[in-house]
Amino acid sequence: MNIGRRIHLLALCIFIIAIQLLAEMSGSRYILTQLTMTGYYTLVVLGLCLLMGYAGQVSLGHAAFFALGGYLTALFSSSHLDQLFTHENISILRKAGIITHHPEINNALCLAPIVSLGIVLFFTLILALIIGIPLLRLKGHYLSMATLGFGIIVHRIFLGTKIFGEADGIANVAPFRIFGFFAVGGDASHRIANFYFAWFLVLCAIIILRNIINSRVGRALRAIHDSEEAASAMGVDVGKYKLIVFAISALFAAIGGFFMTHYNTGIGPSEAGIMKSVRYVAIVAVGGMANLWGCLIMGTVLNFFSLRGFFGSYDDAVFGALLIGIMIWAPDGLFTKEFSHKFRHFVEKIRCQFSK
Amino acid sequence: MPILEVKNIARSFGGLKAVDRVSFSVEGGQIKAIIGPNGAGKTTLFNLIAGILEPHGGEVFFKGESIYGLPPHKIAQKGIFRTFQNVQLFSRMTVLENILVGHHRKMQASFFHAAFGVPALHREEKRAVKKVTAIAEMLNLTKHLHIQTSQLDFGTQRLVELARALAGEPELLLLDEPAAGLNIHETSQLASFIRQIRTSGITIVLIEHDMSLVMDVSDEIVVLSYGKKIAEGIPSEIQKNPEVIAVYLGNENA
Repeated sequence: MNIGRRIHLLALCIFIIAIQLLAEMSGSRYILTQLTMTGYYTLVVLGLCLLMGYAGQVSLGHAAFFALGGYLTALFSSSHLDQLFTHENISILRKAGIITHHPEINNALCLAPIVSLGIVLFFTLILALIIGIPLLRLKGHYLSMATLGFGIIVHRIFLGTKIFGEADGIANVAPFRIFGFFAVGGDASHRIANFYFAWFLVLCAIIILRNIINSRVGRALRAIHDSEEAASAMGVDVGKYKLIVFAISALFAAIGGFFMTHYNTGIGPSEAGIMKSVRYVAIVAVGGMANLWGCLIMGTVLNFFSLRGFFGSYDDAVFGALLIGIMIWAPDGLFTKEFSHKFRHFVEKIRCQFSK
Repeated sequence: MPILEVKNIARSFGGLKAVDRVSFSVEGGQIKAIIGPNGAGKTTLFNLIAGILEPHGGEVFFKGESIYGLPPHKIAQKGIFRTFQNVQLFSRMTVLENILVGHHRKMQASFFHAAFGVPALHREEKRAVKKVTAIAEMLNLTKHLHIQTSQLDFGTQRLVELARALAGEPELLLLDEPAAGLNIHETSQLASFIRQIRTSGITIVLIEHDMSLVMDVSDEIVVLSYGKKIAEGIPSEIQKNPEVIAVYLGNENA
């Protein structure tokens, strides 16, 4: 069991390295940009996989947390703080490393991105708890509807508020510098490092989620999914567990949004849109709900195709169609015995038709 | 001091008094059966004790401490575990995982511990698996440990539910019709398990329709009819009680 788990992780590492080398050798280094973004979207998908697939709580508002992570850091690390602080304050804050000058954006004074990350995590946690406490009392479609409502509100707030740039979003976001020599940002010379950084985060997410799923708390979450009544009769504090897992998945989404925004040097309101939330849910469904690796694979493939523009202007339509198809033909996702049976049966039938 | 004391507990659904001021107490180490015709309020009474339903009045004491109105997980954490009339297993999990969920309150690992896989976690997990495996062995479930519960026959599912409740190391075990749907052989096996559980010091309250099982294992019996307690006593008394006979066989004079 333990070795099996490590083999999966090892395979993932090899795959990540292979992709990079392949891109390098085939001279298509540019795809690393989309693959990096795919990594950040995959973080949202993985968090949602824990919430939806394992704990059974469907959220149609997770794009809101992704956008929250992005918008908050955009706000803090792109706006000029000059007017906010007197001169003496600045020197103290600068010495403490809380605010920095950014040569990339006209030497503007901004919150240091690491401080911004702290703020983002804190706000996301608070918001997830505020939203989660009343919402998670609801079950099934009622919960989905309520999270949908939450998603719509957040989308409209970003779209309609001046400091969030209204329909334009926020551009010129400072890069997120790590150890001085590497920055999550638009600098093309850091493209490979950025690719590895994004997928390192995905790898960490997978390890953390796998640990959770295979532990006492993971069992409690899966128990909640199957029967809240029985889970609570076994001493599981259902309300608390639902809230914690909701917060964890919200944090995953916010971290994805945070780095995506620094990487893209900006964020727009479409990231908070309902279609984005629906897309995440569709990917988790295709991945097989309670299947971390399935969600990882489908999250990577579908997001990458979408970012490469494979689906053209029918992008959202593809995810809608996927959702319908999955619900009809493979409600437990593509990576199940039932589906492979069904699929083989189908292929066999087609072959018979043709050989007639 | 009785381990469980129920005083004048009541619950109605609309105009129907499902449980109407029922009082009884259970001594530690006892097996107490609650019987009565269908719709007498037995399961409602269980749900009130276990916290799944909120009582509309009365008092419930567990080891002298009021547990009235507590949510189900708090009641379980105090040491009262139950099984369900319509088996409620976690169908997507294996037998081992199901029983481990029962052991939840005896483990400490939090989200944080789990996420970062601290060494203490693995030790705890090993200990838990060992304990749970022993319980499974006692109930002859060892060969099913790694099978998903949805693939088991009904009789085995009932035993898994029993194992899951035992894994919580309860002081009081509430069994809601544990023999329903079992054949004669399985029922007699169940009777021996129930006696064995009692020997290990666990108090049992049991709802059951199978009279031979009830008369066989229980020390005392409470009889409910239309939400009211109509009799309480040792099996031989209950068997002779005219009111109980009337309820079960129908009273010509009524």
